[in-house]
Amino acid sequence: MHPFTYTKVSDIAGALAAGRRGGRYLAGGTTLVDLMRENVERPSTLVDISALPLGEITATAGGGLLIGALVRMAEAAAHPKVRATFPVISQALESSASAQLRNMATIGGNIMQRTRCPYFRDVTAACNKREPGSGCAALGGFNRTHAILGASDHCAATHPSDVAVAFAALEANVHLLGPDGQRSVAFADFLLPPGGTPHREQAVRPGELITAVEIPAHPRPLASGYLKVRDRQSYEFALTSAAVVLHLRDGVIHEAKVAAGGVGTVPWKLPAVERRLIGERPSRALWAEAAERAADGARPLEHNSFKIELLKRTVERQLRVVGDLMGDAA
Amino acid sequence: MSSELSGSPVPPEEEPALPLSRRTFIATATATATAATVGSVVAAGERVRGPAPLGTQPVAPPGGSVSLAVNGERRTAMIDNRTSLLDLLREQFALTGTKKGCDAGACGACTVLVDGRRVNACLTLAVRLEGAEVTTIEGLVPGGDGALHPLQQAFIEQDAFQCGYCTPGQIMSGIGCIREGHTRSPAEIREWMSGNLCRCGCYTKIVKAVEQAAGAT
Repeated sequence: MHPFTYTKVSDIAGALAAGRRGGRYLAGGTTLVDLMRENVERPSTLVDISALPLGEITATAGGGLLIGALVRMAEAAAHPKVRATFPVISQALESSASAQLRNMATIGGNIMQRTRCPYFRDVTAACNKREPGSGCAALGGFNRTHAILGASDHCAATHPSDVAVAFAALEANVHLLGPDGQRSVAFADFLLPPGGTPHREQAVRPGELITAVEIPAHPRPLASGYLKVRDRQSYEFALTSAAVVLHLRDGVIHEAKVAAGGVGTVPWKLPAVERRLIGERPSRALWAEAAERAADGARPLEHNSFKIELLKRTVERQLRVVGDLMGDAA
Repeated sequence: MSSELSGSPVPPEEEPALPLSRRTFIATATATATAATVGSVVAAGERVRGPAPLGTQPVAPPGGSVSLAVNGERRTAMIDNRTSLLDLLREQFALTGTKKGCDAGACGACTVLVDGRRVNACLTLAVRLEGAEVTTIEGLVPGGDGALHPLQQAFIEQDAFQCGYCTPGQIMSGIGCIREGHTRSPAEIREWMSGNLCRCGCYTKIVKAVEQAAGAT
């Protein structure tokens, strides 16, 4: 690990000042410290932001939620308001990492976490994300876990977060504070597909700090849930996953929000699936027909074409699970 | 193996004359061997390097002092900023019950409680722990006297280990799991203990031990 200076800030102004000087924000540290030990990350200054007042979850007018950037994953998952209003968030969080890591990692850090592509983590391998211009060892290498959606000629790494898939489905907004003031970025614009610049992963400007993730209000009653498919039953990253959010009015699907994880370079919203559902009455046949569109546009690599069928089945099953919940509520 | 079983009676006159524990023996032997083989290399290095010219002394990596409570005792240490809580416990405080497995947050062998929460000590920078309360496997039963925590006793009764390397982490994680209330079924225990790997494959018995201790507390 490269040496670094460490400073702990006690207020937002102090954090922004340190960030403006080039300091790297440190929250839970579960990704950053790990990558520093692997020499993938080499920050010269760490700015410990854990004492900042960003650890609250509050209800917004209209029925949304504001989740502070420093709320720990375990706290967010267990929070009564999150459980009651957006179970898809709790389920995504509790299927992530381990209990120990969820006690450390924060919501802001979660959406800033970097890919688990093994070539990214191996400093001897070519990786455009780690060393721009060095090439991509995954494209011609062992790419079983890589993206079938959103890859470019420069990178096919998946985004590892589960809760980010729930945030994508729920069309969350990320609140940022920086030298130029406060702004809000739609989650769909926050995580960046690789294109020609895979080293740029988030729409965060230098020195900007995430203050919260806002979940907008959705019509009620709302049924939601998250399904994660992986190589082992627990403590593993997704091969495929699905976040499903449904609202039924007069027996007809009025709102459908669906996103997939483990398959895209960023959490992958599935508008074709959503469109197939809107205005229809729930049925087993509908779930299957809609899920048939889940892998639209997929371009598999040598070892991951299995993800196409797996994704369709994952989405179909979770539509059925959440659809059944909706039946209970109706 | 058999002489280590607590149930086998050993006549007092057959006890070894030197009161050396296994760890003390290994630590002493290793230090002696290292000194014997490395000593001359260090001396040679000194000769070659000679007196450092002015202004070229190596700069110490950034660090400082941290003061925290470990198992109820206030401790202060001078550390490099890169030091993990795991290395601080093992290398500076000689609390070697907490184990280093993967050193990457993937195995759970280093699980300890920080301010009451189970965390991976390997991914915790010690410099962040000013004023924190840390509990390790050594501090589970204040006062010592060989008394065991109910979960330690349960691990013995359920025979929940073979090599034992993951056991301190399993026990610290199990205590967290019980406190968090995730012991309502064997399946729930397995899910909430999944951050602790056991390469001997003692999972069935580990779940039984956590179940037993959860029922007892």
